[in-house]
Amino acid sequence: MNNFDIIVAGGGHAGIEASVSAARMGLKVALITMDKNGLGRLSCNPAIGGSAKGHLVHEIDALGGVMGILADNSGIQFRTLNKSKGPAIWAARSQNDRKIYTLEAIDYLSKIENLEIIEDIVTEAIEENKQIVGVITKKGNHFVTKSLIIAAGTFLNGVMYTGLTPSIGGRFKEEAAVGLTESLVKMGFVSGRLKTGTPPRLHKDSINYSILEEQPGDENPLPFSFKTNKSKFPFLPQLSCYLTYTNEEVHRILETGFDFSPMFRGLIDGVGPRYCPSIEDKIVRFNDKLKHQLFIEPEGLDSIEMYLNGFSSSLPAEIQLKAMKKIKGLENVEMLRPGYAVEYDFFPPYQIDLNYETKLIKGLYFAGQINGTSGYEEAAGQGLLAGINAAAKILGMPELILKRSEAYLGVLIDDLVGKSTDEPYRMFTSRAEHRLLLRQDNAMERLSKYGYKYGLITKEELNQIEEKYSLIHKTIFSLNKLKIKPNQINNLLETKNLSILDNSETASKLIKRPELTISDVLSSFPNNEKKFSEIIDKPEILEKIEIEIKYEGYIQKQQELVEKLDKIENVQIPHDFDYSIIKGFSTEARQKLTKIKPRTLGQATRISGVTPSDISVLFVYLKS
Amino acid sequence: MNKFDEDIITALATPNGEGAIAVIRVSGKECFNQIDKIFKGKIPLSEAKKNTIHYGKIIYKNEIIDDVLVSIFHSPNSYTGEDSVEISTHGNPLIVQKIIEILLKQNIRLAEPGEFTKRAFLNGKFDLTQAEAVADIIQSRNDSALKGARNQLNGLLSAQINNIKNSLIEIISLLELELDFAEEDLLFISRNEIITKIEKIIRTFEVLISSYKFGRILRDGVNVAIVGKPNVGKSSLLNYFVKENRAIVSEIPGTTRDVIIEEVNIEGVLFKFYDTAGFRESEDEIEILGVQKSEKTILQADFVLLIHDVEQELDLNFYNKIISLIEENRVLLVQNKIDKTIKKLKENEIGISAKTGEGIEKLFKVLLERIGQTKIYTENSLIINNIRHLEILTKAKNYLTNAVKSIEENQSQEFISIEIRYTLEMLDEIIGVVTTDEILNNIFNKFCIGK
Ligand SMILES: Cc1cc2nc3c(=O)[nH]c(=O)nc-3n(C[C@H](O)[C@H](O)[C@H](O)COP(=O)(O)OP(=O)(O)OC[C@H]3O[C@@H](n4cnc5c(N)ncnc54)[C@H](O)[C@@H]3O)c2cc1C
Ligand SMILES: Nc1nc2c(ncn2[C@@H]2O[C@H](COP(=O)(O)OP(=O)(O)OP(=O)(O)O)[C@@H](O)[C@H]2O)c(=O)[nH]1
Ligand SMILES: [Mg+2]
Repeated sequence: MNNFDIIVAGGGHAGIEASVSAARMGLKVALITMDKNGLGRLSCNPAIGGSAKGHLVHEIDALGGVMGILADNSGIQFRTLNKSKGPAIWAARSQNDRKIYTLEAIDYLSKIENLEIIEDIVTEAIEENKQIVGVITKKGNHFVTKSLIIAAGTFLNGVMYTGLTPSIGGRFKEEAAVGLTESLVKMGFVSGRLKTGTPPRLHKDSINYSILEEQPGDENPLPFSFKTNKSKFPFLPQLSCYLTYTNEEVHRILETGFDFSPMFRGLIDGVGPRYCPSIEDKIVRFNDKLKHQLFIEPEGLDSIEMYLNGFSSSLPAEIQLKAMKKIKGLENVEMLRPGYAVEYDFFPPYQIDLNYETKLIKGLYFAGQINGTSGYEEAAGQGLLAGINAAAKILGMPELILKRSEAYLGVLIDDLVGKSTDEPYRMFTSRAEHRLLLRQDNAMERLSKYGYKYGLITKEELNQIEEKYSLIHKTIFSLNKLKIKPNQINNLLETKNLSILDNSETASKLIKRPELTISDVLSSFPNNEKKFSEIIDKPEILEKIEIEIKYEGYIQKQQELVEKLDKIENVQIPHDFDYSIIKGFSTEARQKLTKIKPRTLGQATRISGVTPSDISVLFVYLKS
Repeated sequence: MNKFDEDIITALATPNGEGAIAVIRVSGKECFNQIDKIFKGKIPLSEAKKNTIHYGKIIYKNEIIDDVLVSIFHSPNSYTGEDSVEISTHGNPLIVQKIIEILLKQNIRLAEPGEFTKRAFLNGKFDLTQAEAVADIIQSRNDSALKGARNQLNGLLSAQINNIKNSLIEIISLLELELDFAEEDLLFISRNEIITKIEKIIRTFEVLISSYKFGRILRDGVNVAIVGKPNVGKSSLLNYFVKENRAIVSEIPGTTRDVIIEEVNIEGVLFKFYDTAGFRESEDEIEILGVQKSEKTILQADFVLLIHDVEQELDLNFYNKIISLIEENRVLLVQNKIDKTIKKLKENEIGISAKTGEGIEKLFKVLLERIGQTKIYTENSLIINNIRHLEILTKAKNYLTNAVKSIEENQSQEFISIEIRYTLEMLDEIIGVVTTDEILNNIFNKFCIGK
């Protein structure tokens, strides 16, 4: 039967989430992908999570997605980054065995009902009356479908570079996808080109570890997924990473290759300050920094390859090698593969709507790197929401559009549609203006209700989550009331050299003191232990309570701001609003608004080129 | 749906009532055609050159209503940015009424309050702070207030706010960059540099905040209480100010019982003088009430002229009582009746005669100096006179103070950044990025119909 509800083109991180969520919502789904054995392949870094990306994985997990589980099952190191910052910045990261990650993905998908995996390449999308109706593949098959989600990653007309020598392909040793871009452009879509790079791979026995700083994982590693069984975690042996640095000599050698760097040209055209993938970029951008940190990371348990994180480069191979040999610990390094850059087609994302459906063709969705993003987690998050929304539309359910104040995933789609930048988009915590509310520790509290609503989280799972959070809130409530007498805590305060109490103080006030932890306060006298027996041995819950109490002021203030901003955020703009009738707009604002068609005034405020005056004009108009 | 593009609106633009002339405004696409139906001049307005003035008659059903001058403005060169007409008629309310009635029969509707300005705003003639300034200009009752509002209208406030925003955005983006590269532990801007920059901005806020008092004074006038013991010449002074016998003057102590208020414009600044009952112990119930009122007046005053009869001893108890009600630096001791004494005043004493007017010029000078801080606020300095701006700037200042505190406490970037973000959010409210119903209503409701 060549007849589906939803076809997903591309089995990368976006494609996996999209096909799994749609299938679990009960629809008949086909995942058409080039290489059945390459599902969820980690193209670049053998790692999941990191700053802001860890947040994305937690959100995907809270919604009932797949990525957290795959990462937990294939992890060979787990670490929480940025512990020296506040809790909103803490971010989980794992090193993963590249091979096992893919095997886990294949295994996971094989168990999903209603999901058929087809090894082929989508070469053409077919529409009738602006509605998607099917696809044609390289093997000459014609599939009929109600919806198509394109998650083609870096493969659309992919070209790889090492130095100035190009070769056709979407990824090392993989072919490019040809034809699909052209068929979309024929429908009226606008495509563009983007580049991204990857660092060299090193032979693991050619590195002098003895002079390098070892970086092991956390002592008590935490999984990404709430579904992961903590008692047996981690499942695989754990490996260390190693730290080293570039130096001026390395920089000088790299500079000799700048004329041969395709990436470097892009930089001269003004790649923004946020995105800094290649070592070439870093040297130029931060030219007063004499050294840059590099991580030597294992690619897998039985892999001979090591990954040189921070040294992404598309300079000629000989220059990469020459420069590396001047790096501490890499004096005798053997380069198994040079770094390379890949250039590919993307579709500037103003062409999609907040539900990932294209504005031009109904039933057509774009997710992942095709929208100009970079990174596995960004791709997975998009795939998940595209899958949910495509399925919801067919099922007649309301769409799922997360707000910026609700999730990084809300920030992601809002930025994509509204800003439509021409450099690869990567998530940063700085992109989330409400980030103090968007922490990893409360991802489930924020989002699991939606996971349940769309059938990706079971009733039992939801109950379990809700119980956890109600326990947390109950405990906070009693800590707010519980009075601690001076004689119960002064001993502890004295040993810590802190000002002692003259009068009783509530437990939460004490926990708010920067120098005290919740465990300090609870263990300050034995009676408390009994009262809080439910939580005393659950570090994860204790930590969450401590965050809520310590940062209460910030959290509350941020919430107030969200409420205030919601007043504009919720002003709807009619779908086919004619911006030409208002003379007060600047020309740029009128063009952008017409192109992007924001749904709300809030969305309009974030479109670059739309000025405060434009917004107030629009607002006054909408109100009158 | 696009009603404002189609509707033609009209309203009287000059104050209601009798006057030499009255101006009726009409605005909306091709309103010339509508007016041509009732206006007979040399040529039809629709054929006239852009932005010209025409003499003619308003004729309706063969009846001549009035001789008028009609100014025509072609879009976008008009107040609203639309095609507009201003009809100057004789200032008789009956004529005005009649013409407006006739206009309303030409497919023209009556404008809502502030609608002309709203259209101007929608047509990009000015931004929100400027629209607010227009409201203030309309309400300005004196020169200085007008200047203050006009500076705002010229975009001075937006410009200054934007400057501040830019330097805050610069700080924040460096802090954010540090977070984006948190693993590398880089510092892109030294904490001292941030503090210096922020403190400079805090000082700018403080100047603006303290300008409010002056700005408000410019707009609403300075409230000056004239107080003193009975019979020292308070009412005489008030009368001298207004050049008429406004308050009863008599030799009998305790003449004034109720507070009498008079407005006087001194060198462009509006003063409101409050003549009060003289202070003394009394059995008379009405007089006691009067003294209570005097006290209340002091509490609400910006400034107090404490009038003293030059020939009497200064009663220190009484003086102390007054300065317990209002700060001493807002009290000016004035020696009255210098015409009938031979006593020499000290250099720094202020002596006047409410009878002859001697010394009153000097009193004005001192008064202007003391309330106006005229040296700080020149014509071109930015003065905020809007309570909305005052509240926002006060909050913004607090956020920045918190930011400095966070830095001093060595907190991580996101906590510094959040305070700066809040500040930016506040500033956006002033220039209209964050527009809410309340703000808009506030602004456009200040207008009356016809503006
Ligand atoms: C060389 C390189 C360097 C990178 N560097 C970085 C980096 O420094 N930092 C970073 O965050 N991210 C980097 N990435 C990006 C990261 O790999 C992607 O962002 C992420 O994998 C995108 O996920 P995706 O699901 O959109 O697509 P992909 O993971 O690329 O998956 C696309 C899948 O679709 C299949 N496919 C494509 N077209 C078709 C078609 N027409 N029909 C059927 N199947 C198709 C492909 O075979 C593939 O399996 C890099 C990627 C590459 C290739
Ligand atoms: N010679 C002289 N007489 C003055 C002067 N000012 C006021 N007087 C006289 O002083 C008497 C009291 O004047 P008022 O102005 O009524 O005094 P007041 O302070 O208002 O008195 P109360 O209302 O009773 O408190 C009147 O007879 C005035 O004519 C002055 O400057 N010179
Ligand atoms: Mg009197």
